[in-house]
Amino acid sequence: MNKLLLIIQREYFSRVKKKSFLIMTILGPLLMAGVMIVPVWLAMRDKTEHQIFVLDHSGLFIDKIPNTKEVKFTYGTGTIESAKAKLKDGPFDLVMEIDIETINAHKATPFLYYKTQPGIAVEQYITNTMENILFDYRLQGDSIDITKIDKARRPVEIITLKVKEDGADEKTNTELNMGVGMFFGIAIYFMIFLYGSQVMRGVIEEKTNRIVEVIVSSVKPFQLMLGKIIGVALVGLTQFILWIVLTTVIYVGITSTVFKNQIQDTLTQNAQIEKVMKNDILSQSHKMEKVGTPNEVIDMFNFADGLNLPVLITCFAFYFLFGYLLYAALFAAVGSAVDSEADTQQFILPVTIPLILSFVIAQAIMSNPNSSMAQFFSIFPLTSPIVMMVRLPFDVPVWELALSMFMLVVGFLFFTWMAGKIYRTGILMYGKKTTWKELGKWLFYKG
Amino acid sequence: MNPILEVKNIHKNYANHVALKDVSLVVEPQKIFGLLGPNGAGKTSLIRIINQITGPDKGEVLFNGEHLAPKHVDFIGYLPEERGLYKKMSVGEQVMYLAQLKGLKKADAKAKLLQWFKKFEIENWWDKKVEELSKGMQQKVQFIVTVLHEPKLLILDEPFSGFDPINAQLIKNEILELRDKGATIIFSTHNMGSVEELCDNIALINKAEKLLDGSVKDIRKQYKSNTYHITFKGNLMGFTNALWAGAELLDKKSDGEVHSVTVKLLHQNKPNDLLQAVLSTAEILSFQEVVPSMNDIFISVVENKTTLNTQSTFTE
Repeated sequence: MNKLLLIIQREYFSRVKKKSFLIMTILGPLLMAGVMIVPVWLAMRDKTEHQIFVLDHSGLFIDKIPNTKEVKFTYGTGTIESAKAKLKDGPFDLVMEIDIETINAHKATPFLYYKTQPGIAVEQYITNTMENILFDYRLQGDSIDITKIDKARRPVEIITLKVKEDGADEKTNTELNMGVGMFFGIAIYFMIFLYGSQVMRGVIEEKTNRIVEVIVSSVKPFQLMLGKIIGVALVGLTQFILWIVLTTVIYVGITSTVFKNQIQDTLTQNAQIEKVMKNDILSQSHKMEKVGTPNEVIDMFNFADGLNLPVLITCFAFYFLFGYLLYAALFAAVGSAVDSEADTQQFILPVTIPLILSFVIAQAIMSNPNSSMAQFFSIFPLTSPIVMMVRLPFDVPVWELALSMFMLVVGFLFFTWMAGKIYRTGILMYGKKTTWKELGKWLFYKG
Repeated sequence: MNPILEVKNIHKNYANHVALKDVSLVVEPQKIFGLLGPNGAGKTSLIRIINQITGPDKGEVLFNGEHLAPKHVDFIGYLPEERGLYKKMSVGEQVMYLAQLKGLKKADAKAKLLQWFKKFEIENWWDKKVEELSKGMQQKVQFIVTVLHEPKLLILDEPFSGFDPINAQLIKNEILELRDKGATIIFSTHNMGSVEELCDNIALINKAEKLLDGSVKDIRKQYKSNTYHITFKGNLMGFTNALWAGAELLDKKSDGEVHSVTVKLLHQNKPNDLLQAVLSTAEILSFQEVVPSMNDIFISVVENKTTLNTQSTFTE
């Protein structure tokens, strides 16, 4: 059997069989699903129904604040003491007192008494609704035609369209582009770090175990290095696929069972509120701050056709693969040059600087995706895997993409060759602290 | 018989020092060849070149008359001085992996391994994790892996380190058995006792250069310094006075009446001359030629930077 294949096999199975792999594989999706579910859950959490007794001395708001599923308003009169007494006996858990001055005061300051503190959403709902009512009331008082104001004040939303070669237009979505690019960039960044350092640890392990000399008497050091890099890549791939599958299962599972009703409720409820707003308090619904709803997700899917997903995913696979291979070789070289993980600091920093740099400049790239800086860093092989992924959703010229890919392959070959030279010498060096000068000399030793 | 291994004029330089300078060796088949030298002499560099782990700057190595090539690694078994195993792997998986790396088929490897495990009575180690084994136990496993693929050439660097005397003897017997079955063994060690016991031929390297090579028997003969060990009864003073200008007393020890002395003959005098000179004054109990041990030879050669041709500096 091919020796390289044997090495890949060992590297793969010895890692996949570890407990830590199992734990990471299960924990990863839980974390990811958590990140997706927790915001939804938080939004849903404040589902306790609030009964608010409104003591409106101004009389302006009586029967004007629409009830929602969570907040029901009851209007009444009397003293604040008698109103507060209602908190004790029920059924009210909130009492709001609106001052008579509210109408004319520079700033309205209603008081909200509670037994159990309501969520921020309730407060926000009341604030927004009251602001709208006051806005309309004042304008009416000044005999200003509200419909004219409404006509005059309109929201602006830029629709970006790409003019294609054939002259046809294509709808694009800048925010989505940024999100997708950043997601792919971050994914590559973390994968390179995670699996690159696994390669490094593997090399150090072999060196400190003193098994490396036994193995390189059977196979070429370069084969051993390559086998390790490919083996770990396959581990990464396995983990990645398991993560995607498990995350989807967990996410779909939870959202379709636990949150099913709530999501449905939120959808209908928001539609209701919008309707109420439009009819009752004129059409200023765009001023309303709504709690995050799956509406945005739906919007995103509608806009997704503005992205060229096959190209994006192909490029992601390419940049991930070659980016990882390039960096894994460097990590392997670092591992070979030291005796223990504690000694890696000196060499690991220069290796990670381009990675961190590309992550940092990704922000700047997004605001100006076609600047010369963006061009340079998306072609330079040490930064291109991340920077190009961030740039890619903004339509990179084909020649730049081709050049970047070509440079990455060249960079991969060059750095792997260089790493192989360092590795070959480094793995057999014990006990001596290696300097940069020595690393340089190792490059020129004869095989 | 053609030599199994020929090392011809090897040079190897590292950044700051010369590891090997014009080293040549011939290793005959089915012999145990001792590669000797102090720490840092260049032994490991040479062994690594033979194993194709590194390449020489100049010179060449012939294996069975052919230029050393990657295909030859399957015919060589190497037990490095710096050796270890994957700690987290089970013994069985590990030995199977290493055996297959040496080109053995899976079924073949398994059958042979089981045979060896049985021979060493360690069958119950198969499923153990390597980290559960003691250092000596790990060495046994490593030895099995080294010899498993029945290499024509076996290179053992300090094979006995880490073994207790019983297991060292076990390994010694295995080495001899392997040689009798046709293997050639290059044996690198500091333990001169085992060199005398095991080696047929040796080469001594110091400071990147070969100082000495040949058969152990010949070398010891060549390094004899015409010195004799005598025990006798009688008067020590009389004995010393009887020695004439052709002999020199190196050492004397007395136990009551019995004296033992070491005498070196000068100017190519024969032992019989010595005997005749002292016979009248002493009752000779024993008379023995002093043959230098490999240990003595090693130390004096290394310390005096002497090669075989300038033996005179040693006998002075």
